[in-house]
Amino acid sequence: MQNRIENANKALIKRVVLDVLKPHLPNALEFSQAIARIGRDYRVHLTVAEVDEHTETLRLVIEGGAIDFDAVQTSINGMGASIHSVDEVEVRSEGGTV
Amino acid sequence: MLMRVTRTHGIARRYFVVNGFDGALTMLGIIIGFVLSHSANLPLVINACVGAAIALAVSGVSSAWVSETAERRRELAKLEGAMVTDLDQSLHGEAARWVPLLIGLVNGAAPLIVSLLILTPLWLARAGVSLPLPPLYTAIAVALASIFMLGVFLGRIGGTSWLRSGIRTLSIAVLTALLIFLFAGS
Repeated sequence: MQNRIENANKALIKRVVLDVLKPHLPNALEFSQAIARIGRDYRVHLTVAEVDEHTETLRLVIEGGAIDFDAVQTSINGMGASIHSVDEVEVRSEGGTV
Repeated sequence: MLMRVTRTHGIARRYFVVNGFDGALTMLGIIIGFVLSHSANLPLVINACVGAAIALAVSGVSSAWVSETAERRRELAKLEGAMVTDLDQSLHGEAARWVPLLIGLVNGAAPLIVSLLILTPLWLARAGVSLPLPPLYTAIAVALASIFMLGVFLGRIGGTSWLRSGIRTLSIAVLTALLIFLFAGS
């Protein structure tokens, strides 16, 4: 019987570093809590890099088993913030044989 | 969530106290006016007070809604300028649409609730319930108690003495009553 090896690899996002511009409200705590709530094992590290009259520039580090980037982006935009750049990513493939 | 994130609780609370106080003082003024007129016609008093309460409620809803909408739109436009993006679908856009309505409802409900509470003795008397004092005097006592309670509420919010705050708002009500006696009684 011939072994059939199927490439079932999935590229999972494990870590992402974002440059984000957000209004003062919601504050840093509420903002990071909202992002952390997207996944079950998300760890969020937020650093306020700059504060202006109406906005704050953040360095946002999100770590997790499989980060749903679309959901993260939707949540960030929903809170009135926007992603300026994706500065770092860590992606791992998780393959399997069938 | 929307109220918490946009820090609207404080504004709604302020509107509630301000317009609740308006409602209580208005009812107090009208009822004292009827007492000075020696009018014991309860349906007339009730209709006048209900008319004023409804007018205060409608005025409260519309004035807060119109002014808050303008303020929120202005804030949103300023924020959109700073963010260089359209925030209509964000939490801030939602807030600009819904918060003025919520604040308007609070602002309108406050004088209506307080006024209806003050009018309760008049309805009870009309329904044949016997009161310890004549109905208009009982309503005045309820009005003074409501104003004192609004002061207590303010004291608790501000973290100051609730008794002192209650006495302060009660003094304002007593001063109002004295002014009415002075001008309407002459």
